[in-house]
Amino acid sequence: MQNIAALEQEFESKIERGISIEPKDWMPEKYRKTHIRQISQHAHSEIVGMLPEGNWITRAPSLRRKVALLAKVQDEAGHGLYLYSAAETLGISRDELFEQLHSGKAKYSSIFNYPTLSWADMGAIGWLVDGAAIINQVMLTRTSYGPYARAMVRICKEESFHQRQGYEIMLTLSKGTPEQKQMAQDSLNRWWWPSLMMFGPTDAESTHTAQSMKWKIKLKTNDELRQQFVDITVPQAEILGLTIPDPDLKWNEEREQYDFGAIDWEEFWQVVKGHGPCNKERIAARKNAFEGGAWVREAAIAHAEKKAARTELKKAV
Amino acid sequence: MNNEQLIINNAVDKAVLADYITMLSDNSMILGHRLSELCGHGPSLETDIALTNISLDLFGQVRMYLQYAAQLKDEETTEDTLAFLRYPNQYRNVLLVEQPNTDFAYIIARQFFFDAYHALLLEELKQSTDETIRAIATKSLKEVSYHQRFSSEWLKRLGDGTDISHEKMQAAVDHLYPYISELCEASPLELEMQATGIGANLAQLKAAYFERVNSVLEEATLTIPENKWTQSGGKKGIHTEHLGYILADFQYMQRVYPGMEW
Repeated sequence: MQNIAALEQEFESKIERGISIEPKDWMPEKYRKTHIRQISQHAHSEIVGMLPEGNWITRAPSLRRKVALLAKVQDEAGHGLYLYSAAETLGISRDELFEQLHSGKAKYSSIFNYPTLSWADMGAIGWLVDGAAIINQVMLTRTSYGPYARAMVRICKEESFHQRQGYEIMLTLSKGTPEQKQMAQDSLNRWWWPSLMMFGPTDAESTHTAQSMKWKIKLKTNDELRQQFVDITVPQAEILGLTIPDPDLKWNEEREQYDFGAIDWEEFWQVVKGHGPCNKERIAARKNAFEGGAWVREAAIAHAEKKAARTELKKAV
Repeated sequence: MNNEQLIINNAVDKAVLADYITMLSDNSMILGHRLSELCGHGPSLETDIALTNISLDLFGQVRMYLQYAAQLKDEETTEDTLAFLRYPNQYRNVLLVEQPNTDFAYIIARQFFFDAYHALLLEELKQSTDETIRAIATKSLKEVSYHQRFSSEWLKRLGDGTDISHEKMQAAVDHLYPYISELCEASPLELEMQATGIGANLAQLKAAYFERVNSVLEEATLTIPENKWTQSGGKKGIHTEHLGYILADFQYMQRVYPGMEW
């Protein structure tokens, strides 16, 4: 039997050489736990993320928009499925992961604790929230854990479609009536700052960054990614004719990047700790679906067992 | 379906044909809407995805029907004006499809009762003398065969699952059974369309429908309710209280922000 030091060395060397780690490979316990945490957090974000957009499915303004929104939210359920499956390869069950979400032990992206107050929010979420998610996720297609990286390849393709769809909603509104343009501006005002917060605390405050970068779970820091997002998004807002709600936002010739104002980290931590506008509703909705559905899942198992028993009986006769 | 592909039927009164097509789409639309309320709230991710799929199929059918109906009407009519801008008593869906998502057993019972009818209806419409209706029915039947498989499998799982699921499934079936006769009761419009060879013969479909429904209920170990009293009215525009709330959501944007492009 190889000793731990040798296994660790082999593991580190694989990471070093960019060889992906697979479920049956030896891995340090901390690597496993970090991945369960990160992949499940991502899966939870997908399924909690269904709720704010689900809030407008029944009120979509046209048949075309209704179908597109339904399909989009359904894609998120699909992403949740791949990601829970990827987490399960690390030796944890989907039910355990749900328990962690419902008890508040596991986190999900804080942005989904904000309310969707108008149709324009379906545009802003696609454009900004999915846009920010893509920047994080493109990096993850090259992450070291194989099942996670492969899930991300598929997810990224669908996310960029969602982002274009969201931007197109904003474009339609910005070319529309004054009421529609106002609706779009109001939505940008509410979603801009929470979108910047999606990249997580500043590098100085981020507890996981150093280890995650070493293991190639993360390839860029939170601040680098946030800057990238701002630089991509500001010109898009200009095309829409909308104003980003940040008086300190300006192009920095020297850095060739945008400078932007200070993020309200107090608000960020409040929302992370469960005190955002919709934290309680979001968790309650997931708990209701899960607990309310327990009898359905139990019935499916009981029925499958009965069916199997009947087949056995037939064979015996 | 592109508008160019639609073949307009000139053999009958266009307004009457448009009404019939709109009526066909109303069942899919209101049921699709009910299912869309569930997106994100299903008992498991798999059922959540499956129910959303059914909703998406139904709305796909609605769009095909209403784009055709809009072409038969005047210049100002679009799929969206037909879908969103009618008064509640102008919707012609059956009462069954507007019943609420009380619990998963009700959702499955409602779906199963409708799917069994829907598949038989589309079989009939595949023989319609109207070419566009035939094309829509042919495409839709493939989807609805899957819906029917999904809902009957779940009906059997819940009926023949645990004691609790059996009880809940029986309660849902008992509650919804009085609404299913309306599916096969032909309205004057449906009779007129049947006479032209465009519409389905509902009287003929009725026996097959009840045979199918009752045989699956039996297989699910459920008791077939005695069908002494039935509920109907949707085809005449007289609905249950539920439809008003559905439309309050469904029409919200079009009513609050009239005449805008989305």
